[in-house]
Amino acid sequence: MSETPSLLRRLIDAGLFIDTGAPGLYGRSGAFEEVIDRIDAAFVRAAGDDVTEVVRFPPGMNRRVFETSGYLKSFPQLAGTVHAFCGAHSDHMDLLEHLAAGEDWMGKQEPTEVVLTPAACYPLYPVVAARGPLAETGGLFDLQSYCFRHEPSDDPARMQMFRMHEMVRLGDQDQVLAFRAQWLERGQALVTSLELPFSLDLANDPFFGRGGKLMAAGQRAQQLKFELLVPIHSEEHPTACFSFNYHQDHFGLTWDIKTAAGEVAHTACVGIGLERVAIALFNQHGLSSSAWPVGVRKALWG
Amino acid sequence: MIGRIRSLVAEFAGENVDVAKLGDDGDLYRAGMTSHASVQLMLGLEEAFDIEFPEALLTPDTFSSIAAIARALDGLGVGVAS
Repeated sequence: MSETPSLLRRLIDAGLFIDTGAPGLYGRSGAFEEVIDRIDAAFVRAAGDDVTEVVRFPPGMNRRVFETSGYLKSFPQLAGTVHAFCGAHSDHMDLLEHLAAGEDWMGKQEPTEVVLTPAACYPLYPVVAARGPLAETGGLFDLQSYCFRHEPSDDPARMQMFRMHEMVRLGDQDQVLAFRAQWLERGQALVTSLELPFSLDLANDPFFGRGGKLMAAGQRAQQLKFELLVPIHSEEHPTACFSFNYHQDHFGLTWDIKTAAGEVAHTACVGIGLERVAIALFNQHGLSSSAWPVGVRKALWG
Repeated sequence: MIGRIRSLVAEFAGENVDVAKLGDDGDLYRAGMTSHASVQLMLGLEEAFDIEFPEALLTPDTFSSIAAIARALDGLGVGVAS
């Protein structure tokens, strides 16, 4: 009996994914993108009557903002920086010779002002800070971006470039914790409507190194991060499709964001991995979305 | 050893933490030590006492107070004389 092809192979064979030769970097078909659009819209609908400010940033962010954000303290292994050729004519000749010989051609590549966005909300905080103190009602933003994380993998649910839609709440501690509690309910309701099996669990970010072990233990002890997990490639290791994060005053202190009362703002965000939910749907309900259960189609297409 | 720990806490726990006002059992996190600062403190202690905290000790409890740090170091065989 032949082995069942991997989910990645099946997605490629079904034409939903286009192999680029680089792990975790795929083209998407129109059929796949239609599902992404429907999930994206369902996520926004789940926000109900919330009045959000929609902001979109490109998938690259200002390197200075990235440096200040503290990302490199926690996740240096995941960051992707953009470099560009900064040499003279002779360096160009050198580059081409090295390239033709199959050698390292990157000697004159230098860092640009751009870093690939690691999470949709990262560019937002300094923008909010620059506006001055928050209103009494705090702030509520809707962001969506392609994000980059350097973790090449054959698991189609662990891509290097993927889309994350986030709702970000800024305010006092009570405001942001109420937001997170509300979204924990909304996330579960949304995934239930998609007829996907799931569990909700305490989680930690993939902090780097031995210091990261301490960071992760602290994050769990304080219940700062929850994930909504859907089994995709395995039951034992389900995939996080939503995360619900309370940052305490980390970004408030980092960017000097103040509440209307002049206190350091607290922040929280909820993020949905759009491709992950789409892949979970294709995995659970079949590779042709037109044949999905009526309830699922109704939840997405109305 | 307490004195040495105290000076390392002053060096690494961050500017929010006023060590002089803190008793040995005072909670460093409550005093304003951030999680990133706790990592710096952990690394500072390892270098100063030439030890490596085993993974099981890499928790906030281990670094929650000067007394807790002293207990952890004691458990790792770092003597009072050091």
